[in-house]
Amino acid sequence: MKRTHHPLRMALGTYLPILLIVLFAIGPYLWTFISSITPETDLYRAEFRFFPEHPTGENYTRLFTKLDFTSNILDSLLVALFTALLGLGITVPASYSFSRFKFKGRNPLLMQFLIINMFPIMLLIVPLFVMMRVVGIMDTHFALIIAYSTFTIPFSTWMLTSFFNAIPIDLDKAAQIDGCSRIGALVRIIIPVAMPGIVSTGIYIFITAWNEYLYAAILTSSKIRTIPIALQNMIGEFRIEWGLLTAGGIISALPVIILFFFIQKQLITGMTAGAVKG
Amino acid sequence: MGQTPLRKKRDLLPYALVTPALAITIAIIFLPMFQTITYSFSQYILYKPQEKGFIGFENYKAALSDPLFASSLLHTFVWIVSIIVFQFLLGFTTALLLNRRFAGRGIARSLILVPWVTPSVITALMWRWMYDGNHGLINQLLAKFGLIKEFIPFLAQTSTAMGSIIVALIWQGFPFFAIMLLAGLQAIPDELYEAAEIDGATKSQRFFNVTIPMLKPVILTTILLRTIWVANSLDIILIMTGGGPGYSTYTLPVYSYIKAYKGMDFGYSSTIAVLLTILLMIIVTGYVRNILKSQED
Repeated sequence: MKRTHHPLRMALGTYLPILLIVLFAIGPYLWTFISSITPETDLYRAEFRFFPEHPTGENYTRLFTKLDFTSNILDSLLVALFTALLGLGITVPASYSFSRFKFKGRNPLLMQFLIINMFPIMLLIVPLFVMMRVVGIMDTHFALIIAYSTFTIPFSTWMLTSFFNAIPIDLDKAAQIDGCSRIGALVRIIIPVAMPGIVSTGIYIFITAWNEYLYAAILTSSKIRTIPIALQNMIGEFRIEWGLLTAGGIISALPVIILFFFIQKQLITGMTAGAVKG
Repeated sequence: MGQTPLRKKRDLLPYALVTPALAITIAIIFLPMFQTITYSFSQYILYKPQEKGFIGFENYKAALSDPLFASSLLHTFVWIVSIIVFQFLLGFTTALLLNRRFAGRGIARSLILVPWVTPSVITALMWRWMYDGNHGLINQLLAKFGLIKEFIPFLAQTSTAMGSIIVALIWQGFPFFAIMLLAGLQAIPDELYEAAEIDGATKSQRFFNVTIPMLKPVILTTILLRTIWVANSLDIILIMTGGGPGYSTYTLPVYSYIKAYKGMDFGYSSTIAVLLTILLMIIVTGYVRNILKSQED
């Protein structure tokens, strides 16, 4: 890998295939973006052109004026934020325990968090629907936060345990010698050190909650409408307004992609740690 | 870990810390799961509450003689196998390329990850728009290069619908393979390659005798994780075709979802979900057992 390659071989053997793969990865986005700045009527013209003659922001303005997209964003934001906070609040102590203590039942408990991660959503969605109807929390933010916890809590527990495992146990010992209780060591020493991992896990939960569609389709109807549902609802019976839809798609995917760029390094470390070692 | 001073006899703290997470998983995962199993043995159609009741194995018997269940099962296998094979091939190629040193590698890696964070709904909508039978990009390009004379309604005809959705899912998932395998590649010590080179191993010999064996655990784990995920994924199918045209893109999760959502038949929907879970369990345990066996050899 330290040898220098012939420039032409480098171009054909590395750059060209990489370029093709990158194009495959972001091509759909480029096209979605181009469609979103194309006037609606131009999208359906017989003669085909890549770029619109007159790029426009009208699809974006219509999204916020004609449709109530702002309230969709707010709904998504609220649900995603509180799902992340609840998830972290519950899994930080649990993961710390799994990482630091040897106790009876530790391995089976940790194992069950891995196994429930693979349950099909269809195994849970119907009873959750029935349960929420009985309790009377259908069509609320709370219903979605609860439903999303079914997949964020198991995932987050594993992720955080792997982050905590990477922190030397000597740190806890030192804190205790300095007079910290075990909880004190967690709060004052370990959490600050693990902060990058905790934040990344939180952002990852935020992203998955922001993106979720299936639970939202079943557990909410009119009062709460997250972005994925709003976009899906834009598909009319007879006609699809692709200009609007592509604009909505860009608006909702953008924050997620930006957030992801901030955490990708941490996240990949956490996720690959187990697989690479194992 | 050996001896840890964090441990005391009859220590309740570890349990206390785990309790909230455990309590919530019991309430929102285990209870619903048992509920679903109960439903699967019941007649339970939401708009016929008076007929609700235990019916034993009737739903299971119905499933076994249901042609739609059989074809959904077949589609599920086609779905899993084709997606995993292509995601792996594309992801591995990507990982090998990204493992080389070249200018712009960081940017390339970030951009390649984009499909993986894309919301399923957006993935489905983007591809649906590109596949559009009247104005879609793919048809326009194919026509421009003279490859087709008439536009193909990719998602509206039974012969192409499944394949088209599979391509969209390969797009969404190959980055996961790429980053996992890239991490695996980077964990292989350089000394191994150097030693092989000193022994006179050719490039392909190094690949098959060093890279592949060293990467095997990562490959196996990643395939397992992806198989579970792909087997359960249904939102993209729902949004792209809703299971149609006809029943040509019905997989088991789609069938179960539509039974519950449109048919309000919670009993039969639960039976399909339970059967899907059992199937997955069989695949996973068989797979894990094989891995363990091969590691013993």
